[in-house]
Amino acid sequence: MNDLLLTIDSSSIDWARAQFALTAIYHWLFVPLTLGLAVIMGIVETCWYRTRDTFWRDAAQFWQRLFGVNFAMGVATGIILEFEFGTNWSNYSWFVGDIFGAPLAIEGIVAFFMESTFVAVMYFGWKKVSPGFHLAATWLTGLGATISAWWILVANAWMQYPVGCAFNPDTMRNEMINFLDVALSPFAVDKFCHTVISAWIIGAIFTVAVSCWYLMKKREIRLAKESIKIGAIVGLIASLGAAMTGHKSAQSVAEVQPMKLAAMEALYNGGTDVGLTAVAWINPFSQPDYETEESAPLKIEVPYALSFMATNDIHGYVPGINDILNGYTRPDGTEEPAIEEKIIRGKMAIAALAAYRKAKKEGADEPTLASQLKILNENMPYFGYGYVKDKHDIVPFIPINFWAFRIMVGLGCLFILFFAAILFSVYKRDIAALPKWHYWTAIILVPLAYIASESGWLVAEFGRQPWTIQDMLPTWVGVSDIEGSSVALTFFLFLFLFTLMLCVEINILLKQIKKGPQS
Amino acid sequence: MTYDFLQHYWCFLVSLLGALLVFLLFVQGANSMVRSIGYTEEGRRLVINSTGRKWELTFTTLVTFGGAFFASFPLFYSTSFGGAYWLWMAILFTFVLQAVSYEFQNKLGNLLGPKTFQWFLIINGLVGPLLLGGAVATFFEGSNFIVEKGNLIDTESFTPIISRWANASHGLDALLNPWVLVFGLAVMFLARILGCLYIINNINDEDIRSRASVRLIGATVPFLLLFITYMIHLLLKDGYAYDDEGTIFMEPYKYLHNFVDMWYLFVLFLVGVVLVLYGIIKTLRSKDYIYGIWPAGIGVVLVVLPLLLCSAWNHTAYYPSTADLQSSLTIANSCSSEFTLRTMAIVSLLIPFVLIYIAYAWYALDKKKLDKEEITDGHAY
Repeated sequence: MNDLLLTIDSSSIDWARAQFALTAIYHWLFVPLTLGLAVIMGIVETCWYRTRDTFWRDAAQFWQRLFGVNFAMGVATGIILEFEFGTNWSNYSWFVGDIFGAPLAIEGIVAFFMESTFVAVMYFGWKKVSPGFHLAATWLTGLGATISAWWILVANAWMQYPVGCAFNPDTMRNEMINFLDVALSPFAVDKFCHTVISAWIIGAIFTVAVSCWYLMKKREIRLAKESIKIGAIVGLIASLGAAMTGHKSAQSVAEVQPMKLAAMEALYNGGTDVGLTAVAWINPFSQPDYETEESAPLKIEVPYALSFMATNDIHGYVPGINDILNGYTRPDGTEEPAIEEKIIRGKMAIAALAAYRKAKKEGADEPTLASQLKILNENMPYFGYGYVKDKHDIVPFIPINFWAFRIMVGLGCLFILFFAAILFSVYKRDIAALPKWHYWTAIILVPLAYIASESGWLVAEFGRQPWTIQDMLPTWVGVSDIEGSSVALTFFLFLFLFTLMLCVEINILLKQIKKGPQS
Repeated sequence: MTYDFLQHYWCFLVSLLGALLVFLLFVQGANSMVRSIGYTEEGRRLVINSTGRKWELTFTTLVTFGGAFFASFPLFYSTSFGGAYWLWMAILFTFVLQAVSYEFQNKLGNLLGPKTFQWFLIINGLVGPLLLGGAVATFFEGSNFIVEKGNLIDTESFTPIISRWANASHGLDALLNPWVLVFGLAVMFLARILGCLYIINNINDEDIRSRASVRLIGATVPFLLLFITYMIHLLLKDGYAYDDEGTIFMEPYKYLHNFVDMWYLFVLFLVGVVLVLYGIIKTLRSKDYIYGIWPAGIGVVLVVLPLLLCSAWNHTAYYPSTADLQSSLTIANSCSSEFTLRTMAIVSLLIPFVLIYIAYAWYALDKKKLDKEEITDGHAY
């Protein structure tokens, strides 16, 4: 009976991945602006609350109008993401649902209701509630969005670094054994800090860019000047914070996902005293021949920097792709097995699990069951490798990781310079009388901020391929039993719908900006 | 707290969320009649702005319902969502349309025009409750799936999948079952009843209130016919029971037995029915009575909650399989671990606080009823 419906084919996995990537990429177009603008409009409304100057009230309402247009799209794309875990990744949902479901439920109970309740007060409550309550509603809307980010990033971080869980052979799934390990995993903390702070950069750049447009048009001068001041301060703090938290995140990756780091750096062969690649020629469209090439061509590197960044020691050891594939010895003398050995041990774990279940079904005695469990537990860290057919399957697509990482870091550095320059102009020069190219620079940075942000996610998600759960569950074991054509159809439906709505949203935002705060 | 208690507790919470969701479908119900209740352009804006102050609560409840199901009964999440793919995708698609429609429709720069988004709201208002009701009906009528956890150890299979749908329609087959349709239509008309009652309560406009009263009759008659028909069918049909070993079997009059065994649920159910009827009848009889949404809304929660619990408590398989009886899901075989349920139970202590601030915000926003003046002044959709 179980083999009745083996309708699945490889295309369904690719389409399921593509659909999730599509939804996540679209979702992440809207969420960072929501998180970033929440801070800006919170500060602006606080100014209104403290001064009761109607200028600040109008300014707060203006930013809230833009926030509202963007917020709706974040909500629309977010619901698909949550349910796609079930619709497209049903095995995954059972295999880790005991751990993964909890953050999602807490996100709903704690964060979504806070967001959805107070966003209504924020929009419609200006004349219905007291200024204090309204201000609280505005901040609570932002807080709700941020708490929501916390829990979904806890869930995401757990997929990259599964902690606080144990496999239960009777239920055939991983089960949570320590909630705090999951909720406060260092990987989750780093990811949350880096992601939310980088979202503030987008909010800040958007604010500065809109304000610069007004200055270019010589209108809404006070709104523009005050908003630039707030945006630049938030932006500078956030971009410096993103650099620091990014470094911390990279160190976490070096520790728990060395293959991702090797792909980000196109580091084929590792070692000690490893330099950080500034640039190299990696064909964006094809996987490099990492097996035979010594290193990426035309490589320019900063000596010792990668060793230092990854290990806090300029002589530190950083494994390359081939080291990970073939096994290596860590500086402390412990051995990291080769992938082929991990595959063998993964298969042993699965075989032991099968034997355990068979023995239990046949009513075998305790020692028999215990012996199978012993084999299972010894090999459990490599369970996911049991589904891997070829060691090269665990190498992610290097070009995406390599280039996306450089785009993210390069643009991040640019943002620090930009905000520093803007702040210098705010305090040392008349920001309303700068040459036009200054304003254009700010406007051009808006799409670049989104590119940087999406690049960060590309690194995070492509870098862990083929794992849905690191070392535990490869993508092809996590999917649902749906034909590729069905998933392809929904992919194109959502692509059409989201793209259409994105066009509508951008057009509405532009018109709202053109109308200004008096609209 | 025993594991068994936690399973029942989480079943209660998920059912409560489901019941609250059905109540909050008044947003969809009112939107489905936006062109008839709001006869003029101004009237339509009033209706949309009225539901627009609440739509996010409905949406959030749906999302939390999904999240809570995932956390507490992950095997249902993986089996139903991964199997009845098209049914859930259709539901999600209509809710995506709804999410953007409020904010976009009357904004300058809306490339598609306000009418397009009004139609999106109408589609969501009709199809959303119909399909959600249909999905709930499968808790009693069964679905065509097979679950075999042992598949995970089949490394020779290209994809060792645990839950599989046993036909190619992936959930659309549910709509071929007339009883699923009867229940789905009942939920759709119930949403319209609640929508009328909400509009009567929330909009201070005589013309709109009288139109909503007329639609209230039009929704109540088919709802009662469909609901009573389905309840008779439910109480007389064989149900999916399981014994202490977890073996699932068909039991004649199972749901009737459940109501007899769990008489307190039946009492709640009856109180709910009385409250719904009271809210409707009093609204229809008295022109000045605008509070029908509250008895009817509370009544709906009291009707839906015991109905959902009746599908799962008392050794009942809440997600029965028509393809393989033993694949049916029960709260015991599909739930999360004891540790997770206990941890989540602690988190659930926050729910009363959430309900309190929602109630306060609702009260603060609705102290003054919506009128024409408000939609031309300040933030309005």
